[in-house]
Formats: sequence, C-alpha cells, structure tokens
Amino acid sequence: MTARRPSGAAAAAPDIDLDLESALAGLTVPAPETLALATLVAVGLADRCAELPSPLGPIVVAWNGRGISWVDRAGDPDAFGARFERVVGRPVHRAEAVPADLARAVAARLAGDRRIRIKLDLRGRTEFETAVLMKALEIPRGEVRPYGWIAAEIGRPKAVRAVGTALAHNPVPLVVPCHRVVRSDGSIGQYSLGGPSAKRTILAAEGLDPASLEAGARAGIRFLGSDTTHVVCLPTCHNAKRITPQHRVPFRSLAAADAAGYRACRECRPAAGSRAIAA
Amino acid sequence: MDADLALAARLAADLDGAFRALVTAHQDRLYTIALRLLGDHRDAEEVAQDAFVRAYRAMADYDAERIRELRLRPWLASIVVNLSRNRRRRLDERTPPLQLEPIVDAGGDAAFPDRGATPHERAARRETVRTLAAALADLPPGPRAAVVLRHVDGLSVTETAAALDRPEGTVKAQVSRGLAALRLQLAHDPDLAAHRRELTA
Repeated sequence: MTARRPSGAAAAAPDIDLDLESALAGLTVPAPETLALATLVAVGLADRCAELPSPLGPIVVAWNGRGISWVDRAGDPDAFGARFERVVGRPVHRAEAVPADLARAVAARLAGDRRIRIKLDLRGRTEFETAVLMKALEIPRGEVRPYGWIAAEIGRPKAVRAVGTALAHNPVPLVVPCHRVVRSDGSIGQYSLGGPSAKRTILAAEGLDPASLEAGARAGIRFLGSDTTHVVCLPTCHNAKRITPQHRVPFRSLAAADAAGYRACRECRPAAGSRAIAA
Repeated sequence: MDADLALAARLAADLDGAFRALVTAHQDRLYTIALRLLGDHRDAEEVAQDAFVRAYRAMADYDAERIRELRLRPWLASIVVNLSRNRRRRLDERTPPLQLEPIVDAGGDAAFPDRGATPHERAARRETVRTLAAALADLPPGPRAAVVLRHVDGLSVTETAAALDRPEGTVKAQVSRGLAALRLQLAHDPDLAAHRRELTA
C-alpha cells in the first residue's frame, strides 16, 4: 500500500505523517478463529452438534442458524460426523452443549407442548416431504395416526407409501414425532430411530399402551364411537379415551360408523385416510 | 480487486458454495473495522458475524447480475459501519454517560506478529498500537469512520465515500480532520514521542 501524504503539511514533519498513515494501516487485527465457523453456522452452511437426554436415551442434536437439522441416537461421535457430512453435505462441529433456548424447545416438544416454537432446517426435503413432516408435528403426544391419515390431510390420499418413505427419512425424529404415525391397519410399523421396539418404547413413554394398541388393531378395531354423542374417533384420540366403556362402540370401518349414524370427530378427523367414506 | 471481482462472480453463480471463500477473504478486515469503531473485541466479533449474515441474506435475495456487480470491499464495509453505528447507539442508550469512555482493546501482539523484533521493540510497537487505537476511539464518529475505512482498511476515497454514503468531498474533509486530530494527540503523547525518537535515531 502506498503511503498517502496529506497536502500542505505545514506544521508536522513529513516523516511523522508517513508514520501515522502506516501506523494506521498497522491497526489491522486478524479475526478470532471462532468467527468464520460461527458465521457459517449462522447462515446454515455448517452445523454444530451436542447431546440431549430423551426417552430413548441420549440423543445427538445438530443445528445451525436455520434450526435443528438432525437428530440421532448418541453413539460414536466420529461416526455421527461422517454420516452427517455424507448425508447432509455439510461439516458438523461438536459443541459443549445445545443452546439453552433450543434445548428448552426440544424438551417441551418431547413433553408434548406443541405451542412452543421450534425452528427446523428442512432444506433438501421436497415440498411433499416437508408437508408430511409438518403434518406429523400436529399429532398430539399420547396419540397416533395412520400413514393414510397424513396422506389424506395433506391432500395426497393415494400417496400412503410415499408418506411412509418421507417419515422414514425424517431428519429430525422425536422433534418431528414420526413415531406417532402407525400403519393404516393399526399395527405399529417401522421406525427409523431404532426400529419397532424403540417406537414402542417412546410411545409407551408418551402414555400409550402399544400392546393394547396392537391388540385392538389385530381385532380389527379401527375406530371408536360414543353412543351418547354419536361421534366416531381414531382409537387414540383424546376424545375417544374419554368414552366410558359402556358407551364405547368399536367400528371396523368408517362406512359402518356412517351407516350407524355417527359423524367424524373434528379433532382427529378420522374421515381422512378412509376410502370407505366419502365426506 | 480482481480477486473480489472473481469472488463476486462465484457468489453470483453459487452463493452457498462460494460464501466460505468470502468469509475467509474478508473476515480480518470486517473484524478490524468493527474493532476500531467499537473498541471492544466481543462487540467486534458479533458485529462482523452479523455483517456476514446480512450480506448472505441480501445476496440470497439478489439476482445473479446484481451480485456480480457488487463491489465487495466497500459494500461489506458499509454493512459493518452501519451495524457498528447501531450497536454504539444501543450501548450509549444503555450505559450511563459517566461510563462512556471507550473501552479500548488494541489487539496486542496480534497486530504485529513480528517475531524478529526484540522484546523491547515489540513492547514499543504494542504501545504505539494502543495509543493510536485510543486516539482513534476519541475521534468524533464521522472522522473516525472515514479514517478507519480510508487508512486502516485502505479503501480509496471513492470507495470510502460509497461505503459511508457521503460525498467524496465530505470524506476527504473528514479524513484530513481526523488525521490532524490524531497527529495533534500523538504529538502530545510522551511515550510515542520517545518511541519515535528511538526509531529515527
């Protein structure tokens, strides 16, 4: 850099002017090493990860400035890093801990609080996959919905299998509760975070009885109605749980419920996903 | 400058792919500008990060043509200057006037990684940096920003004017006013005078 001397330096000696300008140029300071990574994380071009507790044991959560990007069961950190980079295509860096607000949001979500805002980084998902995951977010804790219910709710009633695939590739399991989606016949179905047994564990932790759920499914019970209100629900809907045993009426199909004069519950919306009943 | 044109072209073609290179190329200067305007390392790091995030968001909204035409040096400098000004304003509102003395942290050894120098020379240079940084921090905001961009960061008068969104004439006047004030202050600094004597002896 050339030293520029102010014109008409009457009072000050020239060498002092030169000194001042080069001294000012020497005030450059290297940025702290933390700046570049923090910046890349903030814009979502790199991620951090740390562990959190969960009903399935310790989980590792990855995040960036756009939100939570990945959830997995905790294990070998190097293996996680390699897998993350391969699947997501970004580097992930270990952090001391999950930021307090993020940890609080995850804990609240796991505890069933669906009002708490949680940012998710779902880049790389198709519009369909994102719609599936957003819909799964609506399923209350302690309840389950069939794959076909999600398909119908997002306006793609025939895409049941694709819903299953989208949920199998859920990058943020537990946070997006794909474990609350079961097969349309009521059986428990697959789970990406440790298979059906892990799915039973987490559903049990949320207050469901997976055994009775599956027993009902085997018996062919798909819906429960109340003969006092004549409202029919999915079996785990909180409204169905309130029906006393003597008023509980099981149905194998919505067509049967419809024929008996029952209307669909407005909260669990069992009409969705049923081919038998035309709304 | 050529490197920046190439970088802007890369950003226009692939923002996510080239953004890391932008951070690598400009982080020292953005951090330095913020540090010299704010005087505090932590504030400077936050402002520099914030500036990059804003630049990223802005470019994500721009079309490729607009990104290619960006003059990265003055553009990024203008973002840092604005963020520093906002932060300073917020700090000023929060802090009671008596504590308003700028906290100057000059960066110590990092500014002069001259291993060849004797410990005495290093200490003397550190002292120069500290004194100069303090004198800079005492300048009014206008001349300070102009001097920092023009002489610490090394932008041209035209680029400084673009970054500060002021006419070139104003920038020239602010720079020379700032330099004059620094010269005056440094002339009265006994340590620096001694140091200068030593260097010229």
